[in-house]
Amino acid sequence: MIERIVEGLKHKPGALLPILHSVQDHFGYIPESSVPIIAEKLQLSRAEVHGVISFYHHFRSHPVGCRVVHVCRAEACQAMGGRTLEEHVKARLGVDYHGTSSDNEFTLEPVYCLGNCACAPSIRVNDDIHGRVTPQKFDRLVDELTTTALDFVQAKGH
Amino acid sequence: MLKRIYVPCDTTALSMGADKVAKLIERHANARGLEIELVRNGSRGLFWLEPLVEVETDSGRIGFGPVEAHDVDALVDAGLFEGKSDHPLCLGMVEDISYLKLQQRLTFSRIGITDPLSIADYRSHGGFVGLEQAVSLSPQAIVDEVKASGLRGRGGAAFPTGIKWQTVHDEPWQQQKYIVCNADEGDSGTFADRLAMECDPYMLIEGMTIAGLAVGATQGFIYLRSEYPVAHRILNDAISRAEAEGYLGRDVRGSGRAFHLEVRLAAGAYICGEETSLLESLEGKRGLVRAKPPLPAIKGLFGQPTVVNNVLSFAAVPFILAKGGQTYADYGMGKSRGTLPIQLAGNIRRGGLIELAFGVSLREILEDFGGGTFTGRPMKAVQVGGPLMAYMPQNQWDTPMDYEAFAQLGAGIGHGGVVVFDDTVDMGEQARFAMEFCTVESCGKCTPCRIGSVRGLEVIDRIRAGESPEANLVLLEELCETMVDGSLCAMGGMTPFPVQSVMKYFPDDLTA
Repeated sequence: MIERIVEGLKHKPGALLPILHSVQDHFGYIPESSVPIIAEKLQLSRAEVHGVISFYHHFRSHPVGCRVVHVCRAEACQAMGGRTLEEHVKARLGVDYHGTSSDNEFTLEPVYCLGNCACAPSIRVNDDIHGRVTPQKFDRLVDELTTTALDFVQAKGH
Repeated sequence: MLKRIYVPCDTTALSMGADKVAKLIERHANARGLEIELVRNGSRGLFWLEPLVEVETDSGRIGFGPVEAHDVDALVDAGLFEGKSDHPLCLGMVEDISYLKLQQRLTFSRIGITDPLSIADYRSHGGFVGLEQAVSLSPQAIVDEVKASGLRGRGGAAFPTGIKWQTVHDEPWQQQKYIVCNADEGDSGTFADRLAMECDPYMLIEGMTIAGLAVGATQGFIYLRSEYPVAHRILNDAISRAEAEGYLGRDVRGSGRAFHLEVRLAAGAYICGEETSLLESLEGKRGLVRAKPPLPAIKGLFGQPTVVNNVLSFAAVPFILAKGGQTYADYGMGKSRGTLPIQLAGNIRRGGLIELAFGVSLREILEDFGGGTFTGRPMKAVQVGGPLMAYMPQNQWDTPMDYEAFAQLGAGIGHGGVVVFDDTVDMGEQARFAMEFCTVESCGKCTPCRIGSVRGLEVIDRIRAGESPEANLVLLEELCETMVDGSLCAMGGMTPFPVQSVMKYFPDDLTA
């Protein structure tokens, strides 16, 4: 699979970032085993590929939970109670930044601005952005998301 | 009669539940056997009213907002589909809302009115007129028009756009040149790039294509931050449609000249908003800042002459070509010509996009448009221009929005973001965050930024813990000066600005 992704994109000028995005979109992270393959096909050293992966906050070298929650830590959100929300989210999910909850449902990441600054504070859950998030609203969202997932599992099971 | 109803599709409207509202409206219409056309328009940028539902009537579009999912039943019962206006959420004619009516929307004239992906809508609202004009002009004449407009880079550095274009134009034409759009809008409090891309993507495509024609570049890249998934989807869709209609590709509108455009996704590094770091990233490398010179205009992407402009700079160009550079320059004050898309955010009652000619005072923005804080408490500090700019105390709020007037105060307009804080803010914590942010986002190439920010964080923590505050304040001041004078780019060079402003205007918060 990794070979196919790299083959499909390596003709692009400056192909490394598009390739890494594509690998992460597919696997949820960038497996260590993909580094030598990418390096060889782009005629780079493994160190160069690793250096790029580790430079960018977006790229991950480890698997994540079912959903990634990004909490905005930037100024506009701070002005609207972002710091309180941040603490609440950590406590509710029982993890710190870059951690994954014990039920493997949520991985928590910080983000610096989602461009939703007039309806702060904001969070992102996978590709959905939520505005004016209070601790209560966050709890409701988590309940909704986990219930939906459970319903899905039960429906599949029966 | 087919009823047209609008529910916006930009990130902010979606973040406030616009998709649910749209679904419910459709369900109600079906249940009543009403045939409606549901248009997912862009946002008007009146964000405190999102989701802002609009209903077309004979006399114009009537607005309702902010509409939450649980309001829809009552709205429909009160005559939403008939455009009846006695529900408490009814705002009357959208065009008459004073927040909108008082603006001078030259760049953002179409947002919220049109379906962002409809080329027909774009054309019927003045779109592609600038490009048609550019196709008929010589490259130098296009550059001259941009020079005449007085447009300065809207990304924050405010460098004259026409001069940058001239430099790339003057490089030999028998080589590959590039147009690069900086859409890595990372400053907190800014969202105008996102709005332009999500609500009027063809405007950006048109502006970049005109730049390509002006300097002889055949390839453009939009370097888009990965935090903007909605903009990513819309831009890619818009580019495919523009290609299909001959606005992009091998032969732009029969000009015989090619311009290709591709979106490249960034990967969450704030520093990549700095133009040389951005170019490194586009080349597939770590986003390390390059020393200048050489200027990107001479040796930019892959070592070739490159125009790097912000989204808003390119977005201003279609108007300039369509109406003439002088028409644009007629707005503004001093050396700040044209309009500034101001983004009002943070703790504010009416946040949103406010496009006005340069010269409006910050206080008018905060009070007349913003209507005070969201929490109803007094305002204490305002940060204009992003995380690398000064916090401004109340006695500076009468300053006109003008690059030079702000610079005189040691402040800056940057990308036009305005973040408001109420009196509960601990400014010492804000100073600490400025340093912390730099420790997270420094590219690491130069020492004052990489190490200075870490030491800055430690010193501020010591001051706040009451450890020899006087000696440590002197140390912090010296450290700030070293970072300002010794850093390679604005990241380390400007991180001290918010810190110094707190030391100067809010000293009690730092030592308390």
